[in-house]
Amino acid sequence: MRAVNPDRVVGVIALVLAVAAPLYVSPYWVGTLLTQMLFLGIVAASLIFLSAYGGMVSLAQVAIYGIAGFVVGNATTNGNTKGLNLGWNPWWGVVAGIAVAVAVGFLFGALASRSVGIYFLMITLTYSVIANLTFGQVTDVSGFGGISGIPAPASVGPVDAHQNRLYYVTLGAALAIYVLLRYVSRTPFGLTLQGVRDDPVRMASLGYNVALHRTAAFAFASFVAAVGGVLFVWWNGHIDPASIDLGATIDVLVIAVVGGLYRLEGAWVGALFFVIVNNYSQQISFIGARFHTLIGAIFLVIVLVSPGGLVGLWERVVAVASGRRRGPPDRNPIEVGQVEPSI
Amino acid sequence: MLLAVLVIAPALWVLFLAPTTGKWATAFGSAVHDPKDFLITLINGVTAAALFFVVASGFTLIFGLMRVVNMAHGAFFLLGGYIALRLQRNLVGEGAGFGLTSAQVNLTHWLIPALVATLVVAAIGVTMQQVFLRWNQGQELRQALITIAISIILADQMLAHFGGVAEDIAWPRNFDRFVSLHVEGIQYTGTRLVILAIALGIGLLLWLWLKRTRTGMVIRAGVDDRAMVSALGINIQLTFAIAFAVGSGLAGLGGVIGGSFASLAPGVDANWLLYSLVVVIIGGMGSLGGAAVGSLLLGLTTNFSAAYLPSSYTYYSIIFTFVLVAIVLAVRPLGLFGRAA
Repeated sequence: MRAVNPDRVVGVIALVLAVAAPLYVSPYWVGTLLTQMLFLGIVAASLIFLSAYGGMVSLAQVAIYGIAGFVVGNATTNGNTKGLNLGWNPWWGVVAGIAVAVAVGFLFGALASRSVGIYFLMITLTYSVIANLTFGQVTDVSGFGGISGIPAPASVGPVDAHQNRLYYVTLGAALAIYVLLRYVSRTPFGLTLQGVRDDPVRMASLGYNVALHRTAAFAFASFVAAVGGVLFVWWNGHIDPASIDLGATIDVLVIAVVGGLYRLEGAWVGALFFVIVNNYSQQISFIGARFHTLIGAIFLVIVLVSPGGLVGLWERVVAVASGRRRGPPDRNPIEVGQVEPSI
Repeated sequence: MLLAVLVIAPALWVLFLAPTTGKWATAFGSAVHDPKDFLITLINGVTAAALFFVVASGFTLIFGLMRVVNMAHGAFFLLGGYIALRLQRNLVGEGAGFGLTSAQVNLTHWLIPALVATLVVAAIGVTMQQVFLRWNQGQELRQALITIAISIILADQMLAHFGGVAEDIAWPRNFDRFVSLHVEGIQYTGTRLVILAIALGIGLLLWLWLKRTRTGMVIRAGVDDRAMVSALGINIQLTFAIAFAVGSGLAGLGGVIGGSFASLAPGVDANWLLYSLVVVIIGGMGSLGGAAVGSLLLGLTTNFSAAYLPSSYTYYSIIFTFVLVAIVLAVRPLGLFGRAA
């Protein structure tokens, strides 16, 4: 009998559990925690895609997600809030939000495409803080208080009354994104991207346009993050600059690192961990409002002890249980020594 | 070509074109029309750059030598400010509960807190480096993530201990007055000139330290080739610790000055991390001269865009910070004075 791949077993069980979730957990879990887990996972997956296949750890994913969210908010609200109040059909809002986010992502990516490693991290962090400050200051599109009353499309919402609908929409989106990212990583484009990650100089001398591949990957990841942003504003009905501040940027980084920076599955594992800790730590008396101290400490421990995150721990357990040695140890971008800026 | 337009067009606008009436009315009009406010904006830009330089020079010193991106630099800034704030209120004593005015504060009430805050933050920086970063040398991303984790914890603890209300450190009464510049009859804020003097002093000391002392020589050699310096029998770890102390201390001192000049509140750490990042991205990472030029460009860009955008659009000035970064990255991905490592 062929050995069963434990990853696949866990994947199928997780999928069944997710689909059946409304049957066995409370509406609060489905409507608040699990939905939030799924769209945060989508944003984190865009970060993990860039880091795992492109070698680019980006802190701009939350900025992109916020740009998509703000465009949807401006396009689809109709009076009674800040912003442009264009009053479009929510689906046109989705199209506009994703299109603008991808265009901005293309620009961001093009400017950062000649940098790698910590340079890339610093440049994308700059984007993130500037996006946050821009939405805080430019009162035409948002201002400090943000945009309220953002509607979901009629077939999905109203969200408060039909929490399960949005949950299944988000679950479907997360699955589609997962499959799409897996697929893209195996296309010629994805393979070239991995070549660029491992040895940009060699890829350049083979005739590949390294900067263009990085830019395209960044724009594609922006699409993924934008989907997360659209789902976020449908779920929350409101977006303000604090939704994309430095704290939010770091939260998504924490999710990706705690899950595991080198496997897409890590995005949702980390997101589940994050929303549960976020939700329940408030009730522990000595933590209370100090949630971020706790999450910072967990993040520190993970980075110091298990840079592969929870998925990395799982792989180690599987490897020990099946008597195999650990896989190639150099896949984790955190542990790889720096490739210096090359071209 | 496009770049030339992007640089020349704003200059023409500020010097000659900016109107005072109509749809595109600006606050002051062009430099030709109102030279006094042009000069004030120019000096404001330079003095803002002075504070950027104090903070960013510490950031670039650490990065240049150790390749550590200290993402906790903004948190160190805020911590330095808060330590000085508390110390100053304790020193002055009664009547400090609702904040101090500079009439109550003399020079020692400002200098002692500033000195203590600088030293404490320097000590915290070295501790972080020795405990968490030293054994991860060479794993740059991991070190950056470690400093991010520390910054999350520090920011949250500062929120718990110092609250969410914006507070500021009082300048000593000797500084807090207007000074006549004898040009166009400008009466200029004394404290801004003090900041400029402090920054020039720090720049000069750093330059002398790096160029004229043995430690400075080791640091410059270490920036170029750490392994070789170490192989020559020099204790590079000691040099790393010294550089980290100085770099962090500068963030703390910057926090004291920034907290006196503006205010301290949660979120201020993110702004100052941004300024440090922008300065080193445009100036070139690890270069002191680059930090000076980067600070100047950032200070002038923020001040001129805020003053010379049409009055109904001034809130777009933040975009110009991004434009500045974008222009530099498009031309020189490693910054104006950056070199490939």
